Amino acid sequence: MTLIDHLPVLAVIVPLLAAPLCVLIDRARPAWLIALAASWLSFGAAILLLLQVTQSGTISYHLGGWPPPWGIEYRIDLLSAYVLLIVTAIAAVVMVFAWHSVESEIPSERIARFYAALLLAFAGLAGITTTGDAFNVFVFLEISSLASYAIISMGRDRRALNAAFQYLMMGTIGATFILIGIGFLYMMTGTLNMQDLAALLPEVSDTRTVRAGFAFLTVGIGLKLALFPLHLWLPNAYAYAPSTVTAFLAATATKVAVYALLRVLLDVFGVEFSLQAMPLNLILMVLGLVGIVSASLVAVFQDDIKRMLAYSSVAQIGYMVLGIGLANTTGVTAAILHVFNHALMKGALFLALGAIAYRLGTATLRDFAGLGRRMPWTMAAIVIGGLSLIGVPPTAGFISKWYLVLGTLEQGLWPVTLLVLFGSLLALIYVWKLVEAAYFKPAPANAPAVAEAPLSMLIPVWLLVGANVYFGIHTDISVGVASQAATQLMGAGG
Amino acid sequence: MRDLFGVVILFSIYSFMTAALFMDLDAVDVAFTEAAVGAGVTTVLMLSCLRLTGRWERRPKHSPLLPLIVVATTGTALVYGTLDAPLLGDPNAPAHQHVAPRYIEQGPIEVGMPNMVTAVLASYRGYDTFGETVVIFTAGIAVLLLLGIQEGPHTRPGRTAIGDQIVLRVVVKLLIPLILLYGLYVQFHGDFGAGGGFQAGVIFATGFILYDLVFGEGDARLVVPPDWLPRLGALGVLIYGGVGLYSLFAGKPFLDYSALAHDPVHGQHLGVMLVEIGVGITVFSIILAIFYALAGRARRA
Repeated sequence: MTLIDHLPVLAVIVPLLAAPLCVLIDRARPAWLIALAASWLSFGAAILLLLQVTQSGTISYHLGGWPPPWGIEYRIDLLSAYVLLIVTAIAAVVMVFAWHSVESEIPSERIARFYAALLLAFAGLAGITTTGDAFNVFVFLEISSLASYAIISMGRDRRALNAAFQYLMMGTIGATFILIGIGFLYMMTGTLNMQDLAALLPEVSDTRTVRAGFAFLTVGIGLKLALFPLHLWLPNAYAYAPSTVTAFLAATATKVAVYALLRVLLDVFGVEFSLQAMPLNLILMVLGLVGIVSASLVAVFQDDIKRMLAYSSVAQIGYMVLGIGLANTTGVTAAILHVFNHALMKGALFLALGAIAYRLGTATLRDFAGLGRRMPWTMAAIVIGGLSLIGVPPTAGFISKWYLVLGTLEQGLWPVTLLVLFGSLLALIYVWKLVEAAYFKPAPANAPAVAEAPLSMLIPVWLLVGANVYFGIHTDISVGVASQAATQLMGAGG
Repeated sequence: MRDLFGVVILFSIYSFMTAALFMDLDAVDVAFTEAAVGAGVTTVLMLSCLRLTGRWERRPKHSPLLPLIVVATTGTALVYGTLDAPLLGDPNAPAHQHVAPRYIEQGPIEVGMPNMVTAVLASYRGYDTFGETVVIFTAGIAVLLLLGIQEGPHTRPGRTAIGDQIVLRVVVKLLIPLILLYGLYVQFHGDFGAGGGFQAGVIFATGFILYDLVFGEGDARLVVPPDWLPRLGALGVLIYGGVGLYSLFAGKPFLDYSALAHDPVHGQHLGVMLVEIGVGITVFSIILAIFYALAGRARRA
């Protein structure tokens, strides 16, 4: 085997082993350099993997040399390569941004360990997307969750501790439910490998044990996903976490949960069982819609901008879940596409907010007054990110909304279409509040002099902003892979 | 129940009962872990937590109705799920028919060790165990990020929280070598009997915690300085990962131990031993680090 054959595992273990290295060295600057190198290496591996998968199909890697189902398999198909690419790309960009932001928000003697925890959270998420083994998902979920609780609690505001604790409770319940679900499936099939499960489940699918396992898995992933009404941990966690952490988690953690939901529902259980035999399509659709409308409404009335965008995230998750609930290929394409595009826009927006917090210390609506002149590049990034969030062409956000609307019309559900558009309207309102404050209100007389954010922050922000525009115009990569992956998923279950 | 001390003790009893239950189900390794971790070290850690937070729980502000509904629903779902499940001990249950036969029949030949739990855990599913080791390491990092290991007057050598207890000192002095020796035995005997790195690390840490409790924080810190612990924990993970990387660079998949020696079974032996040492080091140092972090904090008035 050459190094190329090891790419699936390298994408995960490079950041995973970089974390203990950071702890071993325990100095801020080298730790950051290690984290930076590890995330870019992982990103490189993800790019090569996606190329490999598009050319030669699904890759299977046998860890420990044991063939599945006896050993653990890493299985990279289009969907995993696609999500892995997003996660590693965001990690790579966020790490560039991190240096100044982390230096200003975390006590210096803890920076090295902070990077270790950030790398662990990243490696855990990458591990979930690459693995083909149900129990291995749980193990990496634990790694990423524990690390996330820790890095969220490092926020400067004391309320970060409470937010992290709340997340810890909800997340642990979610993880336990997932474990119980996997246990039930193992009881009925005797296997933990996902492909093997998919092959064996139809025989026993009409048992209470499998149905209960299905319910536990769905609710557990729903908690991790912050699916309405299980989203209560999210706004606080995002609002009080350090800026780097918010940007990283908002753009990756819930996306990986969407991936897990897709994988479990459409691949392991199959479309027929998940969305037709069980009434889950309806449940997902209703919860998605309620999530979109209610969370967007709450977002309109927030003064703390991080909180506003956090509620907006809950709404965006609603769009993805709605796409899955539509149970047609266009809907699933829209969901996968929105995973990609939402990571880009929220990554850009939260990073820009991080730059503002770096200069101003906080990011409330009042701080935004007159900011358009004082931090023109950062504000321009927020405007473009906001346009993408609303779904204005030619941004990436428009493309995913477009496919979602197509999906709803395909099912003949025009009231749903209207609600989706209403959600966009609400997004317009809360983004407008930012624009109005930044460009049309004068800066208060006693406002401190503020300089534009440093270049090491602006470059990552604008990389993501650029990606928002690029993928709004050149859709063949994002849409192409998403629709192929959706066809694979929908076809796998019949 | 508002007395948290009582809650912790009940937890400990619960863990002991569960360990007995696992014993009854012939899951010796799991029982061992539950007894060492659940009943043993967790109780000590929770009690040191209570020392910082206070013994009595405040009356919660929210009504207990919602949690009750959630718990009841979950319980019902669990019972519902087991209604169609295969009976306990049914030899035809899928769990015994699908992957298990190979573990049982081929395990001793392919991996070459009598304890098939260790074979599955460290070799067939060695990557999961690597992940679990990282979980422990992550937990340690999380605690250190939040609390750090503080120094204060009470961590100077020669001071103990419980005063000079002659009888305890003598008994503990006699016990500690035995505990440490037992820890080593469990570490290296995992191939043949119940045990392995996880249990050994916990037992080893227990020895040091006991020393700390009786002879004082400062004296324990002279033996194992707090600075070492996170680094040791990282080292354990790197040993495990290093074994994996070695087989990767030898042209075999990650964690394929057969790359370690000319004879594949010999390689399996060597690999399992090395990764168990990695696990042991990480578990030991992280548990001790968490204990230091909790015990080293000055109690708030």
